[in-house]
Amino acid sequence: MIYLDHNATTPCDPAVFEEMKKWFTEMFFNPSSIYTPSQQARQAIEDARKKVAKLLDASPEEIIFTSGGTESNNTAIIGTAYLKKNKGNHIITSLIEHHAVLNVCKFLEKNMGFQITYLPVDKYGLVDPDDVKKAITDKTILISIMAANNEIGTIEPIEEIGKIAKENNILFHCDGVQVAGKIPVSVKKLNVDFFSLSAHKFYGPKGIGALYVRKGVKFRPILYGGHQEKGLRPGTENVPAIVGLGKACEIAEKNMEDDASKEKVLRDKLEKLLFERIPEIIVNGHPEKRLYNTLNICVKYVEGESMLLHLDFEGICASSGSACTSGSLEPSHVLLALGIPPEVAHGSLRFSLGRPNTMEEIEKTADVLPKIVEKLRKMSPFWDKK
Amino acid sequence: MYSQKLIDHFKNPRNMGRIENADGIGKVGNPVCGDVMWIYIKVGKNENNQEIIEDIKFETFGCGAAVATSSVITELAKGKTIEEAEKITNQDVIDVLEGLPPLKKHCSLLAEQGLKAAINDYRERQKTKT
Repeated sequence: MIYLDHNATTPCDPAVFEEMKKWFTEMFFNPSSIYTPSQQARQAIEDARKKVAKLLDASPEEIIFTSGGTESNNTAIIGTAYLKKNKGNHIITSLIEHHAVLNVCKFLEKNMGFQITYLPVDKYGLVDPDDVKKAITDKTILISIMAANNEIGTIEPIEEIGKIAKENNILFHCDGVQVAGKIPVSVKKLNVDFFSLSAHKFYGPKGIGALYVRKGVKFRPILYGGHQEKGLRPGTENVPAIVGLGKACEIAEKNMEDDASKEKVLRDKLEKLLFERIPEIIVNGHPEKRLYNTLNICVKYVEGESMLLHLDFEGICASSGSACTSGSLEPSHVLLALGIPPEVAHGSLRFSLGRPNTMEEIEKTADVLPKIVEKLRKMSPFWDKK
Repeated sequence: MYSQKLIDHFKNPRNMGRIENADGIGKVGNPVCGDVMWIYIKVGKNENNQEIIEDIKFETFGCGAAVATSSVITELAKGKTIEEAEKITNQDVIDVLEGLPPLKKHCSLLAEQGLKAAINDYRERQKTKT
């Protein structure tokens, strides 16, 4: 099996799993109890919090554990909207955010009388900080822009947008799910007030994430219950997963440079080989400002799901932004926002590389895909067979 | 998500290609929606002098279900009289495939419409001939 879908999820690092194990079984204790073993569980949570904080250049008290990226995004956006709705009802975001941001904004629009500005992006998927500045009104309470796009890998100018938010005294949330653990992040440098991350995108377990909340920044919780996470995210802590997240952060910090240089070589090689071997393809995303592991292409005159099925027959796992894979009749909202015609967007393929990938796997993929495309193009009424 | 039967038709599509000098062509679907089917038919006569679909081929741009339903409709129609072929429904296609995911039902409809469009095209051409 060749797994090239790391932006969807990554395998849990065996060292992470190893460290988690005992917190399921012999160290099962509720961290809120008074006895010694519980206090050890409490300590494990606080150790993990330090590791997450270190990865983001934050302080441990600025980290809240959540169930993952979706919850972190919901908490930051709904939590701010609840608290600030009397001050203003306007939020600025972009057209290419993840659904865990877009659909939260749509919820606020529909149910809480919010007005949302969905900023366009350029053909590479970049948000223009000037557009952010122009969209600000006296009702704007929050800006939410992703650090890097999950489909095309384009890295947004977060630091510049952060500066604008700060100058205008507006809270700034950044969905950092695709960059955390992949590239160095300093929440201080980026000037963000909220930053979301998810463990399973960088070799941690699923079902755990974190939200960075800048010291002094307030929001109204979206869950109510016990005192855990200072009452901001109640519920008995998922100790094994939190320990796993901490370990994943530690490993990511150590491996980040190696991962980046290795995966970039492999990604660039895949891009080069596919361009040499398949006519009429385009690459989506920014040529330079792009995650080193992501390659998103559109293969003209073929549909994405068909390619994915054939890749799967060959044991290769990838993804697509075609309608058929998104569970709707529309192709990816990200590709459409780049100005790609729908019929071309249906032919998109995303390869997202990870730590375990090898050059052999890349070469195999580059051998297999051109044959698949040829076969499907032969079948396509739009492909001129000369 | 897909039945083994569907995967088989997707992997080994029957009657794939185009018929030069076809007697009727049905072009259905829309590239914007991600599914397009072109169905070509060649019409002949059987021993009872009835018009039959002597040959049928398809070209499809679309997902796994679109390719498989195209393949199945050509198999179902081949050799049938025009009258019989016109009665083929999308449910017949779904039955051969042993089911379709709900979101892919429109592919089976497209196949039915594609065949009907090809037959209509044939009839129109006959009219202009006479």
